[in-house]
Amino acid sequence: MQHLDGNSLAGPLAEFFAFDVTTARARCNGCGEVAELARAMVYRSDAGAVVRCGSCGQVLATLVESEDRAWIGFSGVSTIEVRRAPASS
Amino acid sequence: MSFITRGFSGRSRERDDRLPPGQTLVHDFPVLSAGPTPDVDTADWEFTIRTESGEHRWSWDEFMALDIEDVSTDIHCVTHWSKLGTSWRGVSLDTLFADVETEQEYVMAHSYGGYTTNIPLDELLDGKAWIAFEFDGEPLDPEHGGPARLLVPALYFWKSAKWVRGLEMMDQDEPGFWEQNGYHLHGDPWKEERYW
Repeated sequence: MQHLDGNSLAGPLAEFFAFDVTTARARCNGCGEVAELARAMVYRSDAGAVVRCGSCGQVLATLVESEDRAWIGFSGVSTIEVRRAPASS
Repeated sequence: MSFITRGFSGRSRERDDRLPPGQTLVHDFPVLSAGPTPDVDTADWEFTIRTESGEHRWSWDEFMALDIEDVSTDIHCVTHWSKLGTSWRGVSLDTLFADVETEQEYVMAHSYGGYTTNIPLDELLDGKAWIAFEFDGEPLDPEHGGPARLLVPALYFWKSAKWVRGLEMMDQDEPGFWEQNGYHLHGDPWKEERYW
């Protein structure tokens, strides 16, 4: 099965997060790699999206959507780093 | 003699009673995966059943020497498609469990590639489940789970784990991969047990 890169998460996750998830960095709790989610491997099918670490292939996150609900799991992520906008002076 | 026929439009409004609620008939075979397709050589393949008292193990050659059954069944995917009258060949779980003694009532299926799914043992026995290695008269394509997959037609098809490598007995029902991430712990298509 072919995978997409993490940039493909931007649309589906924009509904749920106030920041751009694809530029956030996440730490894989399998291999310890810290990388932007845009660099992850995304396996999408009608069942849902499975996000895998670009370094070791472990599952980082899942997205399952029904008509009225969504389930977002981060089972393989220990921490997410979100960049703040620079303070204006 | 009646001149009244059901006709094309009347027939299309009629529901096929083999289709569970919310399902649509398809004639292709969609591929759903949670990751890359594992490349499993039958020379390296093995299947295990692990219980509280030990492990039962079959190589591919040992597995192929077991009683092999032809199975014709309908399958239902949680993503709303169903296929009717699909043809499989495989080994019944009754055959594999014939010499297995266990008091544990729940099963976690494990696959090459790391996928897992949970099923109660009594829904795998009495002619309800197989380890299938042929579909439509051909060796099971790797995209569809070859060399061998679990086949549990009475439950949504995510329970029919592709690339299956073993069954682990459990005291309690615990969620597998999709069941941890939004899908129903049980998955009966006739009750539309799709999500949590």
